[in-house]
Amino acid sequence: MKIAVCVKQVPDTWAEKKLRSDDSTLDRESADGVMNELDEYAVEEALQIAEANSGEVTIVTMGPDRAAETVRKALSMGADAGIHLVDDSLHGSDAIATSYALAKVLEGRGFDLIIFGSESTDARMSVVPAMVAERLGVAQLTFAQKVTVAGSTVTVERATDYGYDTVEASTPAVISVVEKINEPRYPSFKGIMAAKKKPVESLGAGDAGIDGGQIGLSAAWSGVNDFAVRPPKAAGTVVTDEAGDGGVKIAEFLSAQKFI
Amino acid sequence: MAEVLVLVEQLDGSVKKVTSELLTLARSLGEPSAVWVGGGLDDAAAASLAEFGAATIYVADSADLSEFAVAPKAEVLAQLVAEKSPAAVLIASNAEGKEVAGRLAVKANSGVITDAVAVDSGFVATQSVFGGSTVVHSKVTKGTPIITVRPNSVAPEAAAGAGTKVAVSVALSDSAKKAKVTGRTVAAKGGRPELAEAAIVVSGGRGVGAAEGFGVIESLADSLGAAVGASRAATDAGWYPHQYQVGQTGKTVSPQLYIANGISGAIQHRAGMQTSKTIVVVNKDAEAPMFELADYGVVGDLFAVVPQLTEEIKKRTS
Repeated sequence: MKIAVCVKQVPDTWAEKKLRSDDSTLDRESADGVMNELDEYAVEEALQIAEANSGEVTIVTMGPDRAAETVRKALSMGADAGIHLVDDSLHGSDAIATSYALAKVLEGRGFDLIIFGSESTDARMSVVPAMVAERLGVAQLTFAQKVTVAGSTVTVERATDYGYDTVEASTPAVISVVEKINEPRYPSFKGIMAAKKKPVESLGAGDAGIDGGQIGLSAAWSGVNDFAVRPPKAAGTVVTDEAGDGGVKIAEFLSAQKFI
Repeated sequence: MAEVLVLVEQLDGSVKKVTSELLTLARSLGEPSAVWVGGGLDDAAAASLAEFGAATIYVADSADLSEFAVAPKAEVLAQLVAEKSPAAVLIASNAEGKEVAGRLAVKANSGVITDAVAVDSGFVATQSVFGGSTVVHSKVTKGTPIITVRPNSVAPEAAAGAGTKVAVSVALSDSAKKAKVTGRTVAAKGGRPELAEAAIVVSGGRGVGAAEGFGVIESLADSLGAAVGASRAATDAGWYPHQYQVGQTGKTVSPQLYIANGISGAIQHRAGMQTSKTIVVVNKDAEAPMFELADYGVVGDLFAVVPQLTEEIKKRTS
């Protein structure tokens, strides 16, 4: 079974994120880059499926040079090979362009499963997996909290507001996973050493057959008119529950605000 | 006036509040048309769509539309976009809504904006990003604007529309029939409102200390008719089910009132609730960053403060 995992390097989850003043894109320099947290769950799920089905896991990323660190991290967890789509012309690509570029990299490589994290912690749109499924014309099994593979049949529990739906499809399929699904492993020392020798294919946009007119900031399907950093919230009232009447005081506040 | 399509959100045939919000918003942008995908449109549901201004209700009613996940809704909308050339398509910004919007954007070769909290008459969307720290105004520049709007962004206001039903026949493509829904499991939720849509959310975090500790959080929520949320610390510890997690890796909520109990306020959590209109914080640590967001805060033991608050609310509302 051939499995691809699409990962994204994002600013550290715990860092304050900001937009660049020159082109309103995400400022990737101002914070350390890490693997998008939910993608770690995608890598773990791929490794577990590969271990149970004698599969092979390829990590795919699109991003600047330093995104290669994120590919290495996934390889050190145990993935077999990497593909890094890196090209200055990709800068500023929106979700539609990203899904196009990823689909061009993925198509024709015979992947049975293509696994994503259900969203990135920077853009938080959660649309790229669905868009890639649409572009490739394959089944979309997203927001999976559980994945079961039996031969060419894949069944997932799709997390919903009311519980979950059971959704079934035949491979090839695009899967996205939620945090609940597993506990990602930490890279072992041995894994880190082995990762250095694993093959990573570096592709430019042209190598992947990507039409330069469909990617980058100038081709984006939507644009930022302007943005502003929200001023810090004006300080509210904070009291100490010394007299043991804190609950009553909150009730008075809620009453004054017409909540009760 | 140009048509604005609104994809109807419904559960078991009843229209969700967010749809009334979207119809209200659509009225300020053009003439709202509701799009109903699947079976089960009864008179009550149609009346509720008309009540909030739907001039037309497009009804795509065939069994296989609900048999498959996500893709059929995008196909119905893509067909309507091609036939009707609407001014915009509005969809609720939840997991499925955003995916439908994404697939529709690819099909219709149109731009998509997700998580809007407002849309003006020029179709400029306002988004609150990076956990509410940055406000962005953006606009679709190619094709038909496809915009997903967060629940609770617009106050629903009734204004009757004709609600004329128009049947839409859709022949699903093979690629829309690849992910078959074979079962639905509804978790018990104790009659509380849905987290993403709730006007009031009461949350518990590390300070709650144990699964049993959520009893006081639930009692407070019930006294206010609120939904219950939890921080990642609490869901990771297994004290509260994962689907109630509010934060960067969980749900984003924007209620009228958010009451955070025993939650320190790491970015992870703030990113999911920072845009709440009014925030009340209870924490025994006066240094907790959560107090920076508080409109009203009490430094104290939540196990003393919260039950007292619950009693006081019951006293005042009984």
